[in-house]
Amino acid sequence: MTLPPLLEQSVAFLLPYDFSPTVLLVCAGAALLYHRGWRRTRGGWGQALLFWLGLLGMYVVLQTQFDYYAQHSFFMHRLQHLVLHHVAPFLIAVSAPAAILGAGLPDRIHRHVVAPLRRNRLLGHLYAAIQEPLVAGAIFVGLIYFWLIPSVHFYAMLSVPLYNTMNWGMAIEGLLFWWMIFNLRAPGASDMRHYGYRLLVLFLVMFPQIALGAYIALSNHDLFGIYAACGRILPITPLIDQAIGGLLTWVPAAMMSVVGGLVLVYRWKRQSQQVEQPLSPTLGCAR
Amino acid sequence: MPRFKRYLILCLLPLLLGCSEEPPGGWYGHDITGVMPDLEFNLVDHRGKAVTAEDYRGKIKLMFFGYTSCQHVCPVALSKLAAATRELGDQADQVEILFVAVDPKRDKKVLDEYVTNFTPDLVGLTGTQEQLKAVAKRYRVAFSYEKPRDNGFYIVNHSGAVFAFGPQGKTRLLIDDQSKTANITADLRRLIEQSSI
Repeated sequence: MTLPPLLEQSVAFLLPYDFSPTVLLVCAGAALLYHRGWRRTRGGWGQALLFWLGLLGMYVVLQTQFDYYAQHSFFMHRLQHLVLHHVAPFLIAVSAPAAILGAGLPDRIHRHVVAPLRRNRLLGHLYAAIQEPLVAGAIFVGLIYFWLIPSVHFYAMLSVPLYNTMNWGMAIEGLLFWWMIFNLRAPGASDMRHYGYRLLVLFLVMFPQIALGAYIALSNHDLFGIYAACGRILPITPLIDQAIGGLLTWVPAAMMSVVGGLVLVYRWKRQSQQVEQPLSPTLGCAR
Repeated sequence: MPRFKRYLILCLLPLLLGCSEEPPGGWYGHDITGVMPDLEFNLVDHRGKAVTAEDYRGKIKLMFFGYTSCQHVCPVALSKLAAATRELGDQADQVEILFVAVDPKRDKKVLDEYVTNFTPDLVGLTGTQEQLKAVAKRYRVAFSYEKPRDNGFYIVNHSGAVFAFGPQGKTRLLIDDQSKTANITADLRRLIEQSSI
């Protein structure tokens, strides 16, 4: 039995280029937890849609032929990081999945794994430190810059362990940053004060990204020779590849700050209305 | 004042020394020792014999991906490698140039002739798409075929880098296609020196 060519091509595209059991396990685990938790807590459709889109986005850019293109074209690599670091973690964090994922977790794991981790003061301090908005913003931008240092980028594209570290780092750091933006509520502190602070950080992280993206997009020589060395698969010239990659680092990456800012302003407004009418039931953030 | 001048020269001397031809770390190419996996492949050589990396054990290997219908990049790169190897004189036989031809549809028939006409030291390697893709994936390089023109000719996009392997198959250097012949020879000399230890 043979499949029609289009279907065959689509199936071939969806198969991983570099199969990673870790990515599969983490994504499947998150999906299972979310599904269980969502049914138990009777979560909303909207938040589920955001979460599933985010999770699917991460999986697709890591575990399909997309990754092959990302290894051999600069702009596809930038697109992969845009999804891993900006879009997918944004969607996951904005869907406020903590309560749902928690509800999906078996009680035993809650008691024996999650609770001790929460009580661990060292971890608590570390988490609080990296979730401090300005620190989180600096790490967010710093990681983008670090992996785009040409010599670092060179080895990251050649070494499999380094490549995986880069992508995992981007995904995890992206989740931490957007988590901080949408869900942070410092213990004891009023939520109100934080909205402005978080908006400020979203605003501040835009400029270094714009500067870097513009520098790459407008550069008139090939900054990342590794793609020529290892073969570009798409029939475009190195400078066009680089210009598109730079634009992706510049415009959509910075736009995510604007979208995030709009969400925050909306929530801020909603919350201040709730403060004015304290009798209405509080919906909103998970934690 | 003369004393000051002397100090100034003394202070600047290291900077001047730093300008010498010797590259940082001693290599002209990129040192990728330990960054990529050891040489391994299952391919067919230009005489039609099935070969693996084991068949080339004991020699420094330079591996380059290309195709026989390639009009500019491949002939230039291969002749540069051949020239760099010739410059080694009586050590030249310690180096093997492996030309991995990634367009088997056209390469298979003509590879023997292509290689023999080029230089007798060259080894042409090709194989099935699966075999070639496996080697390419291992060294994180890519190749792809463009749409055929009216006369049936099509361009193959391929990598420009040369991978250098030690006698035991350890990945050592990545030499990009802009490298000068003399620099490749210098790197090969160092690789041979280090392999006899």
